Amino acid sequence: MSKITIPFGPQHVALKEPENFMLVLEGEQIQGATVNLGYNHRGMEKAAEERTYLQDLYLIERVCGICSHSHTTCYITNVEELAKAETPKRALAIRTLVAELERVHSHLLWLGVAGYEMGFETLFMYTWRDREQVLDCLELLSGNRVHYSINTIGGVRRDISAEQKTEVMKRIDYLVERTNYYIKLATEEPTIYARTSKVGMLPPEEALRRNAVGPTARASGIARDVRKDDPYLIYNELDFKVITHNTNDVFGRLVVRALELVESYKIIKQVLNNLPEGPIAVKVPMRIAPGEAVNHYEAPRGEDIHYLKSNGTDKPERLKVRAPTLANLQSVQYMLEGGWMADVPLVIAAIDPCMSCTDRAVVWDPKKGKKQTYGWEELRKMAIERYKRRGVDFSRLG
Amino acid sequence: MKTIDKLITWSLLKSPWILHFNSGACNGCDIEIVDALTPRYDVERFGIVQKAVPRHADILVVSGPVTLQQAKRLKTIYDQMPEPKFVMAVGACGCSGGVFNGCYGVIPGVHQTLPVSVYVPGCPVRPEAIIDAVVKLIQSVEGKK
Repeated sequence: MSKITIPFGPQHVALKEPENFMLVLEGEQIQGATVNLGYNHRGMEKAAEERTYLQDLYLIERVCGICSHSHTTCYITNVEELAKAETPKRALAIRTLVAELERVHSHLLWLGVAGYEMGFETLFMYTWRDREQVLDCLELLSGNRVHYSINTIGGVRRDISAEQKTEVMKRIDYLVERTNYYIKLATEEPTIYARTSKVGMLPPEEALRRNAVGPTARASGIARDVRKDDPYLIYNELDFKVITHNTNDVFGRLVVRALELVESYKIIKQVLNNLPEGPIAVKVPMRIAPGEAVNHYEAPRGEDIHYLKSNGTDKPERLKVRAPTLANLQSVQYMLEGGWMADVPLVIAAIDPCMSCTDRAVVWDPKKGKKQTYGWEELRKMAIERYKRRGVDFSRLG
Repeated sequence: MKTIDKLITWSLLKSPWILHFNSGACNGCDIEIVDALTPRYDVERFGIVQKAVPRHADILVVSGPVTLQQAKRLKTIYDQMPEPKFVMAVGACGCSGGVFNGCYGVIPGVHQTLPVSVYVPGCPVRPEAIIDAVVKLIQSVEGKK
């Protein structure tokens, strides 16, 4: 049978966001897959250099609408580190609270989308209905449903009152009950198991080799969680477990996310019950001391890394964002190969891709006057040559 | 007006089918558009159905500032839609580029690429605003009849 190549995206039924996969098919089976990015490239890192630190906060929030708090918290930790600002304990607790509410909303959203890709539309409608409860909590605390903007340089914008606390608690209790139902559904429903088991396999060694992060890695049995490995905010004072699963397939990713919801509820309750007293923000000067800072953060999709370089003015000199989806996309290629065409949407959805986070890097060659996307081998060769010139030889490494 | 045109307008007004296109948005508006279709807001009860194919759609819902990569794709998708067709620009980005105004990878505002019938401001828009925009669009088409 001859091989055919078909494009999947950028506009496709199963994709909510623009991305493109070129699939080489032999019959119904996938022989090869290439991921093409850049449809969502807006040039945010460059734009960040032209705005002040406070303006950047609102720009960075719009890197992604689903994990907006993750990006701002990671960015602001860098800024505060450079400014040597002592963020009050209460502000850190409120940030943790919003971060976990965001994780709940993101995981519920994912459960729905996964249900939709499986053809289980009832699950999609159920989870999205329950997700409204989290959005209500976020609206109550911050005033907005999607871009909460709770962070500000030196602390948070809004305090939490006793009434707000009771309201959030009430909604979390309802969600705990609903999540138990979803866990039962995910682990006992035979159709879900039949649809997701042995689909999009990613063995642990391959996950490590391809640098999978977040729930994608944890479903391959790798206990990788920044919240535990390198605690930030107030995570070192909280009691929670890192959920892993060893089936290495879409089913594992489903179970990991469903069980993580329960851990997030636990964290939310702990934070709300032990909110430290004190101010919610400190004053930070407009000009940030020169220096460099790197921080990582466990976003709902995995490890998010921000790098910030300051030159002493009120604008950053360089900002670099490595979003979790970029790390996970390398694994998608592996997961797709050898699989079936009908599983493609499910496998892609299983890493919870967020292209708006990812599409910020493209190589522009002014000499040739055209855009060029480099492959892994080329990049590796370039890196080795560059370091050779500096006197370090990496070519012997695997 | 011919009978066939009357029939087309009638079906458009009774059940507008929408096509959602992400032209480089941050996902904020996109999840709110999907939110409008799910149980709390549930626009499907008014006959508003989200379609996946441009050839079936009446209203093109565009979210996001138009990125350079997506501009030509957006045009292609618009050309594939049958007449009569309408474009709804969702979010501050869709209206004017919003926070991304001035970024090098962006052609700010959907109106620079396509003729827009209705603008929905907000960053991100609320589902109520999207429903209101559809109602306003339908009313304006009714007025023309």
